Amino acid sequence: MFKAKVLIKRRKTILDPQGKAVEIGAKHLGLNNIKNTRIDKYIEFDVNTTNKKSAEDEVNDYCKKLLANPIMEDYEFTLTEWTPSEEEV
Amino acid sequence: MLSETKISYGGRSPKFGVVVFPGSNCDHDTYYVLRKILGFEVIFIWHKRTSLEDCDVIILPGGFSYGDYLRTGAISRFSPIMNEVINFANKGGYVFGICNGFQILLEAGLLPGVMIRNESLNFVCKDVYLKIENKNTVFTKGINGKASLKTPIAHGEGNYFADEDTLKELEANNQIVFKYCSNDGTISKLDNPNGSVMNIAGIMNKKGNVLGMMPHPERSTDPVLGKTDGSLIFKALANNIFN
Repeated sequence: MFKAKVLIKRRKTILDPQGKAVEIGAKHLGLNNIKNTRIDKYIEFDVNTTNKKSAEDEVNDYCKKLLANPIMEDYEFTLTEWTPSEEEV
Repeated sequence: MLSETKISYGGRSPKFGVVVFPGSNCDHDTYYVLRKILGFEVIFIWHKRTSLEDCDVIILPGGFSYGDYLRTGAISRFSPIMNEVINFANKGGYVFGICNGFQILLEAGLLPGVMIRNESLNFVCKDVYLKIENKNTVFTKGINGKASLKTPIAHGEGNYFADEDTLKELEANNQIVFKYCSNDGTISKLDNPNGSVMNIAGIMNKKGNVLGMMPHPERSTDPVLGKTDGSLIFKALANNIFN
């Protein structure tokens, strides 16, 4: 089993109004050094295989076709192998 | 009681299919105006079905399909009916996406570009004015004597974005059908409700059989709501598709 941790980021050229709005909050807090706040997506899931290559292929497929929109987003991920205990299976 | 008389447009009356996704909320409004106000044959099509039931026009209605999770329209795009809708569109069938329906068409790749959050971060619900940028489409041909169409919008993610090459292509092929404008048809940033690039409110594909628009023509069709400009789009479509 692999734990996949996916980070999906909008391209820098795409406006992130959410990040801008949150940064206004930072200014109100007096945190004047905070710049370029971007709010992106972090997604975690398991891939039920012991073969790392096939896990990578499946995660790439999931990211390209559904989790990220390649027109405006880039993604990166890590895979960590782990063995579930009996209760977790 | 409202009349349910069938009206013939352009010699033959088209059959409409309104796709219902979990979270669609303009499906009944659309069905209601098409059938009771305009007199067309119309059916609902549940998103898990795999047949378009010989419809001439498929409408992807507004709403918040799948709760807008991940990205608007991203999950609906994989509903079983969408394979049929994509095949139908590729064969030249007429597909009309309104609001969330437009977002689904973008995710499905039937129209270019993406929809991002409104520049203001607000959910904007108000009447806007639309300038018809291309009067020679199946959706707009015959709509004359109007400087603008008064139609409501209601969305949080209607900020249309596409890269420069895509925008150039949209312009070169006259694929931009509607732009946000003032009452008299003037286009300026002041009348852009969501930050859409070039004030874009609606675009079609190159072939001209697939249209997506953020404003809701079904909410400006029944005269009881005080505005009927949206009905002109449905009538134009019905008049033009068999001609």
